[in-house]
Amino acid sequence: MTPPRRSRVLALVAATALAVPLAGCGAEDTKGSDQTLTVYAAASLTGTFTELGQQFEATHPGVTVSFSFGGSSDLVSQIQGGAPADVFASADLKNMDKLSADQGSTPVAFASNTLEIVTPPDNPGKVDSLDDLADQDLAIAVCAPEVPCGSAAATVAAAAGITLAPDTEEQSVKDVLAKVSSGEADAGLVYVTDARAAGAGVNGITFPESASAVNVYPITTLKDSKNPDLAAAFMAFVSSTEGQAVFAAAGFAPAP
Amino acid sequence: MSRPRSTGLPRWVYVPAGLGAAFVLLPLVAIVLKVDWANFGSLITSESSRDALSLSLRTSTASTVLCVLIGVPMATVLARTTFPGQAVARSLVLLPLVLPPVVGGLALLYTFGRRGLLGHTLEVLDLQIAFSTIAVVLAQTFVALPFLVVSLEGSLRTAGDQYERVAATLGAGPTTVFRRVTLPLVLPGLLAGAVLSFARAMGEFGATITFAGSLQGVTRTLPLEIYLQRESDPDAAVALALVLVVFAVVVITIARPDRTTR
Repeated sequence: MTPPRRSRVLALVAATALAVPLAGCGAEDTKGSDQTLTVYAAASLTGTFTELGQQFEATHPGVTVSFSFGGSSDLVSQIQGGAPADVFASADLKNMDKLSADQGSTPVAFASNTLEIVTPPDNPGKVDSLDDLADQDLAIAVCAPEVPCGSAAATVAAAAGITLAPDTEEQSVKDVLAKVSSGEADAGLVYVTDARAAGAGVNGITFPESASAVNVYPITTLKDSKNPDLAAAFMAFVSSTEGQAVFAAAGFAPAP
Repeated sequence: MSRPRSTGLPRWVYVPAGLGAAFVLLPLVAIVLKVDWANFGSLITSESSRDALSLSLRTSTASTVLCVLIGVPMATVLARTTFPGQAVARSLVLLPLVLPPVVGGLALLYTFGRRGLLGHTLEVLDLQIAFSTIAVVLAQTFVALPFLVVSLEGSLRTAGDQYERVAATLGAGPTTVFRRVTLPLVLPGLLAGAVLSFARAMGEFGATITFAGSLQGVTRTLPLEIYLQRESDPDAAVALALVLVVFAVVVITIARPDRTTR
């Protein structure tokens, strides 16, 4: 092996390595029979929608479901900015209502969620009811009133007749969960589904006042969709018996 | 156009340079165009905005002071001494520059958090750092410190140590040399570094939201307020963003090295 030949071999390897993914891209674009359904869904639906996507792909050969998960308000902004979405599932009605009638079909509610108290597994603050979240001496994490989980927290506090004593008002329910599971906060308010997804990382405590703030998840197909039939089929699948079983397993309640 | 040819700058350089300038300036123009000028005054003077701005100014000042207090000795040791592992030490000091701020926030959490490395010690001392303004200052200091150390170490190396040696031969003790010769010599570099640290602290977001939380008047600095307002009141977010941009431009202009070192 002389050095020049070795470098030629390397060049060949490099060229092949570069060409293979490029060829892959080209092949995907040219396959006419395959369809891709693009679903924009609220971040809290990541687990359930990923599973639904896999089930949908299994029953619809040739269909690929690709997801974009994010905050509902961000997703709405992107859709209004012309993002190529076929289906949109929001974490609340408020963000769904931002889409006008010429942008989406009539939304259908498919699941709901309520709040739950979470504490670190050993519950150092000995929290057992919503009243404890008014305790100034405990480190309490809730969502900021500007975001949906925060307005829900304010609603349940009002229903219970208490004033929450938050030490931090976080941007999202995942941030609240992180503050609690790391032990920084003694208690926090998150959705039932988030508490369940966190498993043994947190200790969940349900409370009766949670019924005063039921968060409803609506879904719609978008008018600009290039696959309207497929979009409608996916939307129907979400509300079907199989679809609803996935939500129930994740801790969601049925739509009211 | 009438520049002497001796500068020797190839003409084509202006093309990528101009594109680069447009790349930086266009987003700023876009922000300015988005501002709701009719309500600009009321948007940036709302109670939450004023709280955020005031908190940002206070915490950034505190963290800049901390950066100077610990950064000057660090830069001096790095520039004026040799010790084993110095190259590694220098890289580690720079780490917060390349570390995503969120990771910095997590690292601080695992150190100063209630269940962190020093959590028990802090509890014994009855120091509650979680969700306090101190946590904001720690986060800002962590990310801003490298700016001060890097620019000061550069100044120290450029200045050289000949004056310090002369002072020492004339009988000045090490502390006198440091105070009367070294520091005055690198003062412009120190000021530039301090201003950059201040600017970095003002813009700090990721480490703060991860480590300190977000509560109006306590931990919710201007960048966190912008991020939150974006959810409910995008106009307020844009107005506050412009305040931060104007602030950053002013600070960077003050700190421009050619203004301060020549």
